[in-house]
Amino acid sequence: MKKQIFLLLTGTALLLTGLPTVHASENEGYGSWLFSLSRKKEIEPVTDKVYNEECGSCHMPYQPGLLPEASWQKLLTAKALENHFGENAELENKTRQHVLDIAVKNSADKSYRKRSKKIMRSLDDNAAPLRITEVPYIMNKHEDVIADYIKTKKVKSLSFCSECHMRAKQGIYDDDTVRIPGEK
Amino acid sequence: MKHILFLLVTLFMSQTVMAGAVDDALAEYAGGKLKFDAKRGETLWNKTHTGKDGDRRCTSCHNKDNKQAGKHAKSGKSIEPMAPSVNSKRYTDLKKINKWFKRNCKWTVGRECTDQEKGDILTYLSTQ
Repeated sequence: MKKQIFLLLTGTALLLTGLPTVHASENEGYGSWLFSLSRKKEIEPVTDKVYNEECGSCHMPYQPGLLPEASWQKLLTAKALENHFGENAELENKTRQHVLDIAVKNSADKSYRKRSKKIMRSLDDNAAPLRITEVPYIMNKHEDVIADYIKTKKVKSLSFCSECHMRAKQGIYDDDTVRIPGEK
Repeated sequence: MKHILFLLVTLFMSQTVMAGAVDDALAEYAGGKLKFDAKRGETLWNKTHTGKDGDRRCTSCHNKDNKQAGKHAKSGKSIEPMAPSVNSKRYTDLKKINKWFKRNCKWTVGRECTDQEKGDILTYLSTQ
């Protein structure tokens, strides 16, 4: 009996340690998230060339995982892009549809990434903020930063992620990769 | 004789390929009727347009020196130099030329630019 329990335990242990390596090759989906050792904390980076070029020609191409689908649906209509925070950012319809598809597919409510989940949890149901800086989770995280650096104009605004988050373009926003300009 | 003819044809073809997007764009704007002038283009490029959002000009974002990188007025993102003599990627894609004319004329002038204006500006910039 004791031997049987031992075997059962070793078997289970083997299964548990074996699974992550099996699933690590899969990048998408709940399975890989559940069995991944790193738990994929950060925001899903964007690899789509069209998305990165079209959004990135004027500003950092913010990852879709920073806002829910409802936000992207509002931001990326033809009408909305004609006045995109005061700028004309209109796109040819085919390109616009492609950018919207990428945004929707990787939006925060579809993402298994921990930080996207935290963003979703901080928002009311059906909330569709137009600015990433209006997301409660992100506002709370930057409370001190706003007082110390934004209000004193050391950093122009909270929208300039990559000014301080050195790896923002890869979707990484953890404390270890923060460097505030002019600070040691 | 055949060889010379072949050489001439090849030369001619490579020339048209080299000219590419700028010529295509200028032909599109000209429509067989308009003539373009670099001087007029330069004046327009540096002109200030006063609208409800204040003063705007092409050089609000593009560097006054075409050979230097500019800076997006709002996002601060660097904008590569406009002069093809220092930035060989400029004006190599007709779609991009038209996309940016459309967007940026609306922002700067408050309306789309006319074919005459686009032709003049492109004639000026593409020879920088």
